[in-house]
Amino acid sequence: MSETLTKLPALVPEPVELPGHLAQLRAEVREFLAAERAAGKWTPGADVWLSGWDAEFSKRLGARGWLGMTIPTEYGGQGRTALDRYVVTEELLAAGAPVAAHWVADRQIGPSLMRFGTEEQRRKFLPGIARGEIYFGIGMSEPDSGSDLASVRTRADRVDGGWEMTGTKVWTSGAHHAHAFFALVRTSPKDENNRHAGLSQFLVELDRPGITIRPIPLLTGAHHFNEVVFDHVFIPDEMVFGELSSGWAQVTGELAFERSGPERFLSTFPLLASLVGELGKASDVDAGTRREIGALVSRLWTLRRMSLAVAGALESGEAPELAAALVKDLGTRYENEIVDASRLLVDIPPDPGAEPGFARLLAEAVQHAPGFTLRGGTNEVLRGIVARGMGLR
Amino acid sequence: MSSELRELAESVFVDAYDRDAVGLDTDLWKTCEQTGLARMTLPESAGGSEGTLADAAALLEAAGAHAARVPLAETDLLGGWLAHAAGLDVPDGPLVAVAADLDVAADGTVSGTLPRVPWGRAVSTVVVLTGARVVVLSPSALTVHEGTNVAEEPRDTLVASGATPLAAGDAPDGAAEELALRAALGRSLLLAGAARGALARSIGYAGERVQFGRPIAKFQAVQQQLAEAGSEVAAAAAASAAAARTASDRGFADDATTFAIAAAKSRCGASATAVARIAHQVHGAIGFTREHDLRLTTTRLWAWRDEDGNDSYWNGVVGTRALNAGPDGLWPLVTGTP
Ligand SMILES: Cc1cc2nc3c(=O)[nH]c(=O)nc-3n(C[C@H](O)[C@H](O)[C@H](O)COP(=O)(O)OP(=O)(O)OC[C@H]3O[C@@H](n4cnc5c(N)ncnc54)[C@H](O)[C@@H]3O)c2cc1C
Repeated sequence: MSETLTKLPALVPEPVELPGHLAQLRAEVREFLAAERAAGKWTPGADVWLSGWDAEFSKRLGARGWLGMTIPTEYGGQGRTALDRYVVTEELLAAGAPVAAHWVADRQIGPSLMRFGTEEQRRKFLPGIARGEIYFGIGMSEPDSGSDLASVRTRADRVDGGWEMTGTKVWTSGAHHAHAFFALVRTSPKDENNRHAGLSQFLVELDRPGITIRPIPLLTGAHHFNEVVFDHVFIPDEMVFGELSSGWAQVTGELAFERSGPERFLSTFPLLASLVGELGKASDVDAGTRREIGALVSRLWTLRRMSLAVAGALESGEAPELAAALVKDLGTRYENEIVDASRLLVDIPPDPGAEPGFARLLAEAVQHAPGFTLRGGTNEVLRGIVARGMGLR
Repeated sequence: MSSELRELAESVFVDAYDRDAVGLDTDLWKTCEQTGLARMTLPESAGGSEGTLADAAALLEAAGAHAARVPLAETDLLGGWLAHAAGLDVPDGPLVAVAADLDVAADGTVSGTLPRVPWGRAVSTVVVLTGARVVVLSPSALTVHEGTNVAEEPRDTLVASGATPLAAGDAPDGAAEELALRAALGRSLLLAGAARGALARSIGYAGERVQFGRPIAKFQAVQQQLAEAGSEVAAAAAASAAAARTASDRGFADDATTFAIAAAKSRCGASATAVARIAHQVHGAIGFTREHDLRLTTTRLWAWRDEDGNDSYWNGVVGTRALNAGPDGLWPLVTGTP
C-alpha cells in the first residue's frame, strides 16, 4: 500500500491564492467590460475565443495594457505575471467578450517568442501583439496528421538564404485574418526509430507568395477554419523558430500553456449565467433544479482552483504537463455538461436567430460543443498523457 | 512545514497499517498524541500543536489515503474546537462533537439521543452542542448502541437519561453553522485521501495483473478509465485543499468559506463515486473480496460521501447561493470577489 502510494505523482500542484493587489485589476476589467456592454459594443457569446473575432476590441484591450501582459516592457508588453494575465483572461471569457482575434497571439505566441524567439523576431512581432494589432494562427494539423502530430508531411528543403516549404495545413483557426502562424514542418527525412526528430518550427507570414488560404466552413457555415497550402514557399532563415530539429520539444512545451487555461472550462460560462437568469424568473426554483445548478457551480469552482494551481506552477517555472492535460480533460467535458443542463432545465429550444440571450447562447453552445473535446488535443489523447504520467504506459 | 508534516503523517500511518483490524487503533492514537498530530490546530493550552488548517488538511488527507483508524478530524476540528470555543477545558483523549437537541433539566442533567456518533464507543468525551449550550459528556454515563458505517467505522447511538455533564458552557455565536462546516471540511479531506489511496492501489494492481499475455495497464481501455479516476482524484485534492485554504484565510464565519466548503464536499462526493467505481472495475473480482484491501479505501469513499452532508445536500447550498446571486452575481460568487 505504502509503496504504491508513494509512486503516484502529485496530480495537481499546490493551491494558489491570487495576490491581493489583483483585486484592483479585476475591478478595472469588470468596469471596462460593463461599460462596453452598456455602450452596445458587443453582445456576450458562447465560445468567444473561437468565434468572437473583433479587431477593434482587441486594440482597445491592447491600449489598456491587457494584452501581452507577461511580455517584458522592452518589447512593448507589461512585464506582469502569468497570474495577472490569468485574472484579465478569465474576466474576459466569463463576460463572453469577443477575444478571438488576439487569442492565439496573446496566449501562446508571446510566451513562446520569449522562450525561443530571436531578438529580431521578438522586436518584429511582440509590440504589435501587445497592442492587439498582430494576430497569429497555429499550423500544426494536416489532412493526415491529427492526434498523431509527429507524422506531419509538410516539408522544408534547404535553399540559399532559407528554406522552401511545401505541404498542406488544415483546421487553421483564423488563418484568413492572421498575419502569421507557427508551422510544424519536417526539415529532415523521417527516422522510424525516432519519429520526433527532424521536425522544426517556422514563423510564416501568411502573405508570402505561394500560400493559398481556403475556407473550410464549420457545420454552421461560419468561416473559422482554413486549409493553408504551401507551394514552394520561401521562408528566410530569420524565420526559423527556435532550434532546427527541436520542433517537437518546442511544440509540446507550448502545450502546457495551451491546455490548462480558463478557456478550457469557460467557453460555455455565459450560457450557465444565462441559465441562472432564466431559472430566476420563476418565483420558486424546485429543490432538484437548485441542486443541479449547485453541482455545476461546484465543479466550476473546483476547475478554476485546479487551473489556477497549474497557472501558479507555470509561473514558478514548472511545466506541469500531467496536471494541464487533466484539467483540460475535465474542463472540456464540463463545458458539455453545461450545455446539457441548460437544455434540460429550461424548456427553451436553441435558436441561432434569436435576440441575444439564452436561446441564442444555447444554440451557439450546442453547435460548437463538438470542438471543445477535440481542439488542442482530443480527450482520449489527453487521457493517454495522464496515464503515462501516472506510470501506466 | 507542510511537506515534512506530510512525511511524518504518512510514515506513522504506514507503520500502523493493518488490513484486518477494525475499530479504534489505540497504538496509532498514542503515536498521534505523542507526535502532536492528534491536536493539530488546537492551542498549546489545550494540548495542541497550534498548526494551521493547511497542516490539518495535509494530515487528514494522508489519514484518508492510509485508512487510518483514528478520530483525527473529530478530535481536533470538532470536539477540541467546540470545547475550547465554549471556554471549557479541552478533555484528554480522543474526542468528538455533535449537534443535538437534548433536554437540559434544572439541575443541569441532560437527556436525549445522539444518533450515529462517530467513534462514540471509543472517545473519552462527547462534546454536544444543544441549543445555545455546550455540554461535555462521558460515554460511560450514556447507553451505547453500537453501530457502524459501511466502512465498519464506529457510528454509535448514545442515549443520555439524566446524565450529568462533566462540564457545560455557553456556545459561541454561529456554533451550529461552524460545526457543520468543520465536519464537512474534515470529511472532504479524508475523501480526497481515500480517493488517492484507491487510485494508487488500482494503478499498482493494473501493472501486476496479467491477462492476454500482458499487464492490464497496457490496455488502452484500462488506461482511459484510470486517467479518468486520476482527474477525479486531482479534483478532490484541489477542492478540499482550496476549501481548507479559504477557511484558514477567511475564517469560518465568512460566506466565501461556506461556499468553498459546500462546493468541496459536493465535488469530493462526486469524485468518491467515480473513483470507487473505477477502482473496483479495474480490480476485477479480487477487489470484491474481504481478503483484498482495496475495500479499505473504497468502503470509506462510500461511507464518507454520505456523511456530514452528501453531495446533494451541499449542492443545494451552492445552488441556492448561485440562484440568489443571479446571472450577474454568479461569476463574482465563483471567484470569491464581489
Ligand atoms: C475548433 C477547432 C479548432 C482547431 N484549430 C486548430 C488550429 O488552429 N491549428 C491546428 O493545427 N489544428 C487545429 N485544430 C485541429 C485539432 O488539433 C485536431 O482536431 C485534433 O488534434 C484531433 O485531430 P483530428 O481532428 O485529425 O482527429 P483524429 O486524430 O483523426 O482523431 C479522431 C478520433 O480518434 C481518436 N484517436 C486518435 N488517435 C488515438 C489514440 N492514439 N488513442 C485513442 N484515440 C485516438 C481521437 O481521440 C478522436 O476521437 C482545431 C480543431 C478544432 C475542432
